Amino acid sequence: MTAILRAGFVPLVDAAPLIIADVMGFAREEGIALHLTAAPSWASLRDMLAFGQIEAAQMLAPLPVALALGLGVSVARFEVLSVLNINGDVIGVSTRLGARMQKAGFGFDFVDARGAGLAMLSATADCLRIGVPFQFSMHVELVQYWLKGLATTLPVDFQIITVPPSRMAEALAKDEIDAFCVGEPHGSVAVDMGVAQLLLPGSAIWASAPEKVLATRAGWAEAEPDLAGRLIRAIWRAGRWLMAPQNLMTACEVLSAPGRLNLSAELIERSLTGRLVIAGDGSERHVERFIEFHAGAASFPWRSQAAWIGVQLARRYGLDLMAAMSTARGVFRSDLHRTHLRPASADLPGASEKIEGGLDRPCVVASERGSLILPVDRFYDAKIFDPADPLR
Amino acid sequence: MAQPLSIVVVEKDRDRALLIVDGLRAAGDFKVFVIGDDVGLARKIAERLPDLVLIDAGNPSRDALEELTLATAPMERPVAMFVDKTDGTLTRAAIEAGMSAYVVDGLKASRIKPILDAAIARFHMMQKMRVELAETRRALDERKVIDRAKGILMRAKSIDEAAAYALMRKTAMDQGRRMAEVAQALVLSAEMLK
Repeated sequence: MTAILRAGFVPLVDAAPLIIADVMGFAREEGIALHLTAAPSWASLRDMLAFGQIEAAQMLAPLPVALALGLGVSVARFEVLSVLNINGDVIGVSTRLGARMQKAGFGFDFVDARGAGLAMLSATADCLRIGVPFQFSMHVELVQYWLKGLATTLPVDFQIITVPPSRMAEALAKDEIDAFCVGEPHGSVAVDMGVAQLLLPGSAIWASAPEKVLATRAGWAEAEPDLAGRLIRAIWRAGRWLMAPQNLMTACEVLSAPGRLNLSAELIERSLTGRLVIAGDGSERHVERFIEFHAGAASFPWRSQAAWIGVQLARRYGLDLMAAMSTARGVFRSDLHRTHLRPASADLPGASEKIEGGLDRPCVVASERGSLILPVDRFYDAKIFDPADPLR
Repeated sequence: MAQPLSIVVVEKDRDRALLIVDGLRAAGDFKVFVIGDDVGLARKIAERLPDLVLIDAGNPSRDALEELTLATAPMERPVAMFVDKTDGTLTRAAIEAGMSAYVVDGLKASRIKPILDAAIARFHMMQKMRVELAETRRALDERKVIDRAKGILMRAKSIDEAAAYALMRKTAMDQGRRMAEVAQALVLSAEMLK
């Protein structure tokens, strides 16, 4: 029997696993009819999930952790059943700031986060205003991690301002912000409107950042184990389909439709291929793993990813570090993900935690069926985060 | 008598804003202020120090407003999204009406209720108007496209209006599609073959 499952998303490229699971029939194969709703904002998507209008949602990875720590609008507790994608954000600067950086000799290599950050801050008078989509997001975490270290060496400060992605280009044009960190396609939209120049992919700051996750209300997945399992498997298969090169064109067309992203397929293709047009003159940069939906156990919700987020939030908001880390860990349900993906014959990591930022090159690790290749996950400053020793 | 509560309404459309303000004024003595421009929304609201903020749940700028839920300076008052802890009826009513309310910490529920009741009623009214407007527009658009398709058929097949209409209706029924869809397809193909 087909069960109806209501899920919500924000129209971004990384809503793809949910949309593809529905349109390409992966949900149907698992016996669920996905009823998808596009949400106008993260706050409204959070409320839809909290108040039971939907059972599952695409969610900014840090948001369920923040809720568990009692930060912000505390309407409910959520759990993370899967990671929807690794990476996928871009950082861009206004054409004004970009021109100043270029004049100072910066080459826009789209690789070196330290160099780009220093060039951006040096070209700023006293305070860099950087727009992000939501206060609890990987965008904020990446910007904080990146600029906090760099700004101390310069007489420049930075301020993070929330701007809805659909308004990001307008905010740049109206000089409300100087730069942004946003999910695709909104960076490319700003470039095409002639108001922005792309500076870095998010992966230049953290090579394997959990970007969006699949979230449900705490307790739901255990109360509905059958439904939860079908959903996790359908989305995992959608992620695998998305990463097969022969499906690229179809994926772009499917996502571009009205009611989904409602944008030209060409814009979506840029992020799915990792070939980004970074400036109004059409210059292009290619980024490996600009966005990853599948390879390297991308869907696996590592407890160490949650711990990293918990520690960052605890530091910023003055919470007890160890307590925050332990609460955060419990939000990412690697146990449920593992149990429900096994029937899909997915190869899963042997461990549920890892050292974050430890891999300079892809690395073979033990998995349930033998071995698995984990991709590069380094931070731009080469520091590592060991959940067993978070204060290091 | 306590100070009248101050309310900020975030709404771009002037007519809709007026509708809400009228509803609030009728419900009691409040200081109501409308912000119509999304530029620097969080800062503008913080400057006003309102007791209550009302915003369309469909407004993408809600995310900017969420910044106010974390007071960063000691003088700032944290704002919480209104969630009715007593029985949830008000919250549910607000969600159904497509309205979000943010309330300053520590405000008594009895003081908020009449405001939310009035606002919810107005949001309902606007929602209904919006649906009606969209329906009317759709019906008009469909009529136009059916008329155009009819004209194309009449010219191409040298038939009269009634026959063209009957042909389209039969095709729609045979294909299990709506007449407007069939008309749309015909118009599109005719344009491509021009």
